[in-house]
Amino acid sequence: MAIDSNAKPQLAPGCRLGENNNQRVLLMPERALRLNGPSLEIVSRCDGKHTVAQIIADLQKLYSKAEPHKVESDILGYLELLQKERALDFSA
Amino acid sequence: MMPSQSNPLALVCELTHRCPLHCVYCSNPQELAARASELSTEEWVSLFRQAAELGVLQADFTGGEPLARTDIVELVRAARTAGLYVSLITSGLPLDETKLDALIAADLDHFQLSFQGSTESVAEEISDTKMHTQKLRVLDWLKPRRIAVTLNFVLHRRNLHQMDEMLAIAESSSATRIEFANVQYYGWAFANRGMLLPTRAQLDEFLAKVKAAEERLRGKIRVEYVVPDYYAKYPKPCMGGWGRKVMLITPRGDALPCHAAAVIPGMQFESVKEKSLREIWEAGSAFNKFRGESWMQEPCKSCDRRAQDFGGCRCQALLLAGDASATDPVCSLSPKRKTVDAVLAAVSSTSSAETSLSVWKYRPNPS
Repeated sequence: MAIDSNAKPQLAPGCRLGENNNQRVLLMPERALRLNGPSLEIVSRCDGKHTVAQIIADLQKLYSKAEPHKVESDILGYLELLQKERALDFSA
Repeated sequence: MMPSQSNPLALVCELTHRCPLHCVYCSNPQELAARASELSTEEWVSLFRQAAELGVLQADFTGGEPLARTDIVELVRAARTAGLYVSLITSGLPLDETKLDALIAADLDHFQLSFQGSTESVAEEISDTKMHTQKLRVLDWLKPRRIAVTLNFVLHRRNLHQMDEMLAIAESSSATRIEFANVQYYGWAFANRGMLLPTRAQLDEFLAKVKAAEERLRGKIRVEYVVPDYYAKYPKPCMGGWGRKVMLITPRGDALPCHAAAVIPGMQFESVKEKSLREIWEAGSAFNKFRGESWMQEPCKSCDRRAQDFGGCRCQALLLAGDASATDPVCSLSPKRKTVDAVLAAVSSTSSAETSLSVWKYRPNPS
């Protein structure tokens, strides 16, 4: 399923950030995903206010040493994974 | 030697064994805990704090029927305050909209509603209770409210033909997750196995339908499923490995590595009334009994898959091979696999009409 760059992702009901032994996690029904640097930066911007394009621009700035296209494709891949986990709602 | 272990991730809280349903595959033990023996509100609250300190992330409130506890809203609130993610695993009975709003106001994270089939007649045959209409009503109440909803359909020979109708119920609800959980054969389900175990043809049809649904609903509803492991080539990694991820607390406060562990003779379960969760998790004899690999026999002992499936299920090894340390007999490498094949052969040679003449053993209610 393709991700629309103008859509604003937000965490679906029952999905929220948590912490365990100083490790940030994304809690969801029957699951928890560990969040490291970049994945935490992405998830914390899934607030229904940032568009996908804005999240990409933010992270390209934050990880300015990385190849911008690589940052973009990594973000889209991660959002697709979250979508498959049913952790995101997308609003226009 | 005690193998090193990490912290548990989930605390399964059997808040009570009381339940308005009498399902023929209930996962509760044959010997049910009486109401008078149940842990108090304060004892559960203390457990939630201990669990969070131990590194547990999620508390699954189950039973029996967790809503039978009059302090359920208080318990949800306390577990959330302790820092846990709280799931309520319920039949939707007894529930009304006021109670639902109170649970959501207490910050319940996730509501999991069980279904016995897609029609009242099948649901009544399985649970000996009329409650299918109430479940559909609960789905209507959930729709406008912001909470994660899972529908859990328990599958077996008598309702596998209702897959399309069960999917339709889920798709017209606000569920973001469906579990199609084939019955696993312990306790009450083991006693009713001859009538519940599906045929190979039913299972093949189920797999085709569930895989198609998974594709079709991607991004909308997450579809998960469990097959009856009698039909599997390798055993399931039961509980994610013994004493690796999960702690289960019974209504009277015994800590178990899995809900069926009490069937294994000689197991000593420690009570949370006498020891801390941490002590029980780290040093409890039941938790260490099948932790790691030192207990394993051949073919598990030298098998490449032993770190993947942990030898399968100990309770199933006991039930089918008569030895809780044996390789799970559903494994195609087990010397006892022929026991399972004989059960499957008997299932395929029994017609549905014949199985419907048998008598169910319903799970009663505790005193």
